[in-house]
Amino acid sequence: MVNIDNEYILTEITNQFGDKLYSSYEPYGLLTIEFDKNSIKDLLSFLYNHQELQMQFLTDVCGTHYPDVKGKEIGVIYHIHSLINNVRLRVKCYMPIENPSIDSATFLFSSANWQERETFDFYGVNFVGHLNLKRILNADEMDYFPMRKEYPLEDGTRTDKDDSYFGR
Amino acid sequence: MIESLELNTKSKDEDYNILNLGPTHPATHGVFQNILKMDGEIIHDATSTIGYIHRAFEKIAEHRPFYQITPLTDRLNYCSSPINNMGWHMTVEKLLGVETPKRVDYMRVIIMELARIADHLVCNAVIGVDTGALTGFTYMFQWREKIYDIYEQVCGARLTTNIGRIGGLERDFTPECIRLIREFLNDFPKYFDEFAGLLERNRIFMDRIINVGPISAERALNYGFTGPNLRAAGVDYDVRVMNPYSSYQDFDFTIPLGTQGDTYDRFMVRQHEIRESLKIITQALENLPEGKFFADVPDFFLPPKQEVYNNMEALIFHFKIIMGEATVPVGEVYHSVEGGNGELGFYMVSDGGRAPYRLHFRRPCFIAYQAYPEMIKGSMLSDAILTMSSMNIIAGELDA
Repeated sequence: MVNIDNEYILTEITNQFGDKLYSSYEPYGLLTIEFDKNSIKDLLSFLYNHQELQMQFLTDVCGTHYPDVKGKEIGVIYHIHSLINNVRLRVKCYMPIENPSIDSATFLFSSANWQERETFDFYGVNFVGHLNLKRILNADEMDYFPMRKEYPLEDGTRTDKDDSYFGR
Repeated sequence: MIESLELNTKSKDEDYNILNLGPTHPATHGVFQNILKMDGEIIHDATSTIGYIHRAFEKIAEHRPFYQITPLTDRLNYCSSPINNMGWHMTVEKLLGVETPKRVDYMRVIIMELARIADHLVCNAVIGVDTGALTGFTYMFQWREKIYDIYEQVCGARLTTNIGRIGGLERDFTPECIRLIREFLNDFPKYFDEFAGLLERNRIFMDRIINVGPISAERALNYGFTGPNLRAAGVDYDVRVMNPYSSYQDFDFTIPLGTQGDTYDRFMVRQHEIRESLKIITQALENLPEGKFFADVPDFFLPPKQEVYNNMEALIFHFKIIMGEATVPVGEVYHSVEGGNGELGFYMVSDGGRAPYRLHFRRPCFIAYQAYPEMIKGSMLSDAILTMSSMNIIAGELDA
């Protein structure tokens, strides 16, 4: 029986993928890796089928937007959980805003279906291989991706409210 | 044993009826739309449309200081708001590295377990309503009101509670509050047993819901089920036990499990969880430690009002907190709590600003509800209604 901790997971991933693993750190004890977006499918299947790790529970998929990091504006963040060993892993994949696309995780996790649709809906990430990638929470006619940072929270044409005193 | 129904596939699409169930159908308890492809009374295929009450909470949260996000979490699963509130406060505490006193943990556990009872009561009572047993519903809603009376003593609100503060609670339990909790612990089990007696071993009720909307453990895990829905399928994943927060490791309780993940199992898991919650509350109340009801975080814990009006420093802190001017560390944090219907997660990225840079809610309803079409395929229309109410899908949490 091996001791499954962050160090072990990191060693396993490094041995398997080498330089596709860009960086790793542990904010608040949760191992976080930045990974090559083109190999996300391989990583997820590797962790899923790994004899010891058995990371077979996809907790969460969400997007982020960093407008200032050129070429890596849009991020997709996976939280994966191994229920057998009770360890979690956070995987981040970044992609340019011109063509944000990444392989879909639906081939492995049914739960990725709506979560990826949500990420597409809010950040415009194209999940390649998703069978039904369309908006889920917003109206179908919407032609922008509202969670991107350039979209203001409220309609900028309103004159009846002055939020400047509140730092908004 | 799960029986799979054989579907007769018809050759032409015209042979099916399309039935639009929702978005405002009285039997679905919320804004849910399902477009059903019907073969007589059998559901052949279903498509769920969601987002009817989407309120862009994640976008709003990127523009609000931490305290102003708590009311947003109220409106996720509004049947158990206190769990959401405290989950959020604990997320912020994790980011700030705040250690809460034991008394705070125990007080929170009491309120969270009361909220879980309220949540499960509504769900199970509604299963009764959907099978035609209205009596249990009226009985149990009376007890939900009693729980709301306790919330009212703690924070002043009943449904959308906005309970607690970062670092603790707004005030200590008053003697009246303790009395109400004791009264609840004393009186409720008797009435709850009566409710259980109405339904749990009722032949008609059992025949109606056994084998309705089943899901296997493998599929449930693959669909990201958590909470009672997953445990009904036989997987003992409970965040309270797996990753204890708020001193849950101090309490002695069991995780009820089902076997085949059908409506009856979900009903029974919730029934037993109510009993376990009562056990936890009793233990917490008996062993309630002495001490302060807040942690030492003057930058986040609002000072008492008397001091704000009479003391310069308190006034300054009050303004700083309300305006969100306190320093926040840069970092990212994921914290999850066992919500009313599963793992409620908060993923927050902080850039040191007054509002989170990114806040994502892992909403158990949203993730579980995508299995709904698969679960009702091949069943009767009336079973689809039961499946939905037994999954305890709350529209507010589904759409965020």
